[in-house]
Amino acid sequence: MDMSVNEESLQATSHRRTWRDIDLRAVAPFAALALLLIVGAIVNPNFIGLNNLANVATRCAFIAIIAVGATFVISAGDLDLSVGSMVAFVASLMILFMNFGVIADPALMLTAAIVFAVAAGAACGLANGLITTVGRIEPFIATLGTMGIYRGLTTWLSQGGAITLREPAIQELYRPAYFGSILGVPVPIAIILAVTAVAAFILYRTRYGRHVVAVGSNSDVARYSGIAVNRVRTIAFVIQGLCVAIAVLLYVPRLGSTSATTGILWELQAITAVVVGGTALKGGAGRVWGTICGAFILELVGNIMLLSNFISEYLIGAMQGAIIIIAMLVQRSLVRKS
Amino acid sequence: MSPETAEAAGVVLEARRISKSFSGVQVLFSVNFELRAGEIHALMGENGAGKSTLVKILSGFEQPTSGEILLDGKLVTLPPNGAAEALGIVIIHQEFNLAEHLTVAESLFLGREVTRFGVLDRKFMRAEARRVLDLLGCRVDANALIGSLSIAEKQMVEIAKAISRDARIIFMDEPTAVLSREETNFLFRQVRKLRDQGTSFVFVSHKLDEVIELSDRVTVLRDGQWVKTAPTAMLDGESIAQLMVGREMSSLYPAKTEPDVDEEIVLRVDAVSTDYVSDASFEVRKGEILGFSGMIGSGRTELMEAIAGLRPRLAGEVVIRGEAVPSGDVHAANRRGLAYMTKDRKAKGLLLNSGMAANLTLQSLDQHTRLGYLNPTSEAAALEKARRRFDIRVRDGNVVARRMSGGNQQKLLLAKVMETEPDIIIIDEPTRGIDVGTKQQIYHFISALARDGRSIIVVSSEMPEVIGLCTRVAVMREGRIVGMLEGDEISEQEIMRYAAGLKRMAAA
Repeated sequence: MDMSVNEESLQATSHRRTWRDIDLRAVAPFAALALLLIVGAIVNPNFIGLNNLANVATRCAFIAIIAVGATFVISAGDLDLSVGSMVAFVASLMILFMNFGVIADPALMLTAAIVFAVAAGAACGLANGLITTVGRIEPFIATLGTMGIYRGLTTWLSQGGAITLREPAIQELYRPAYFGSILGVPVPIAIILAVTAVAAFILYRTRYGRHVVAVGSNSDVARYSGIAVNRVRTIAFVIQGLCVAIAVLLYVPRLGSTSATTGILWELQAITAVVVGGTALKGGAGRVWGTICGAFILELVGNIMLLSNFISEYLIGAMQGAIIIIAMLVQRSLVRKS
Repeated sequence: MSPETAEAAGVVLEARRISKSFSGVQVLFSVNFELRAGEIHALMGENGAGKSTLVKILSGFEQPTSGEILLDGKLVTLPPNGAAEALGIVIIHQEFNLAEHLTVAESLFLGREVTRFGVLDRKFMRAEARRVLDLLGCRVDANALIGSLSIAEKQMVEIAKAISRDARIIFMDEPTAVLSREETNFLFRQVRKLRDQGTSFVFVSHKLDEVIELSDRVTVLRDGQWVKTAPTAMLDGESIAQLMVGREMSSLYPAKTEPDVDEEIVLRVDAVSTDYVSDASFEVRKGEILGFSGMIGSGRTELMEAIAGLRPRLAGEVVIRGEAVPSGDVHAANRRGLAYMTKDRKAKGLLLNSGMAANLTLQSLDQHTRLGYLNPTSEAAALEKARRRFDIRVRDGNVVARRMSGGNQQKLLLAKVMETEPDIIIIDEPTRGIDVGTKQQIYHFISALARDGRSIIVVSSEMPEVIGLCTRVAVMREGRIVGMLEGDEISEQEIMRYAAGLKRMAAA
């Protein structure tokens, strides 16, 4: 008899849980995106056009791809402030490599440069990871340091000016990587989707992804479960470096040049995208698709402000700042309810 | 209570019929306690007897579920979170509440800084700190940083802080746990001096000899119940130990099966030392359940973590089936079939915000990957199997660990550890904070694992558990294995004698 009462009460509680189990935090960014689309459509009919939206998506590509990497680092409970500088540094290295012109054939040269850029990004990420884990320095401080280093090296490489891709043959060959399209989909959008799909697979469907979430949500539990915590964290930084490199591969063909101010404040935009997307800044819950949504929201707000006549576009920065605060408040209120 | 209560004048703090439950589990049952002006009152009991809870209630950090507290004979509700300090009630915690970067004087006046014209009056505070420290005969410099002090000195600063706040009632929870003998003597001298000036002390300690040396009266709690209050002069160490443990064994435990003497030795620990544990050696046979008993802080967990590779060893060897395991390498120990189940399921065992499957397979994800791809079907099958095997009862399979009951969490943790298919399992506090029905289940799981030929080390602060389950019991005290009991020797009194330092293994 005692048993049956128990079962009944269990059933009652499980009923109440079913609708609560839909994680509102995972849904919130998409709801916000839908709301923005409606607002945008009301503000200006041109806004909702496919062309405009594709434009917005293309423009958010750099931040979106970097933010996918940041999702790993943040899910593992760390933070990487160096990504903006890393973009400038890796892009500069890549252009210098191509200008160096050791390989005559443009296609081969470009391929080599791509491999080089990816390796450079991974190396920068590895450096961040090792300084944080082996050096046991708070990730905030460690990457604040490398942020200065990567930026400084870029300034030094460019001697304070710009580094420009000189070879017209390579330029011509490389242009479609940003401006082209595959089956009608602009290349940057295709790349965003591909990167996100791979990242989502790694985070949700592999052993490593599970380890990232475990380390971020409680590194002690991870350690007691025999997970090599430092290796997991380091690899997350390397993934961040790879994502930066992919963003660079899109960035270089767009302008064909970099300067000391390339990628300034991108780290904050990437973190904003991650947080707006529903990933907890304290680690333990990664949402890759949410991150993409967050990056898109940030760009969309700017776009709406441009198309509307009643808010100055000079307030975009302030608006993005407000968004992150609002996103956190909404997230917290959702946590309290569940 | 006894008639002497009525004649006892000057009771400053009295607890009447105090009961306390934490989320449905009652830990104190109608406990009475009284503290007289100018006495040192020792509060004794086994781990989990309810001493700490009673101390927290009497100092306002917890509110009783029922019962009354009288301060100077008047009914009071003590303000929470240390605000009872204003009433002269101060608690000195085991872990110090001192900020390492402040000076001694700054610490003494933390939160009630003296100012002149809005500016900190440092000169006055230094002088006042000096005066209080001198009162205690403590020679610490008032300008010294807390971080630079020895543990004994920090303890004295804590006490100075209490006095400088005009404390009339001071609770000390295991104040000597971290002190050397000389430091303890010094502390006791100061405590007696203050007592003679009228301050009352409640002294919580596991060290019987110190209790007898220092206290005027002793109150013993057992299983959350008041057992006895008596003048210390009328008791000795043996009788206090008897009062603390005098309890019947129940039929909670499955029948013991002793391994054959010629059974293979699967684990040999040889002279292992860590920063806290020194020179620990023992062996475990196939199919054996070996118990580890001792007071909290006696080094049992440190030793087990060192064996499991979670903590580096400074010296000594761990040998599993003739193969030495490198120090500080969890994987190496795991590969050789040794698994450690933490006592802290919430902070170190389970991901509280993850579901059951993610928790269950975290330690054994390799079993569920094919070409790097995690197979959710295989994970779900493992969960289904584990739920049946360990009787994990939840209605909603998607529930996160945080929302599960303590008993189900514990079963999930056991299941998680067993997923790695270990044959030497170290279980640290197998039944902490779970109800008696689940306890019984867990005892039967442990017993069944041993019958399967696995070897189990049970570390427990609950003596009946160790006695009921184990065929051999090691007792630790202050980082050393001080006793190894077998057969009829395994009794609460005997374990207590070793654990409290009244007796010691000859060979050690």
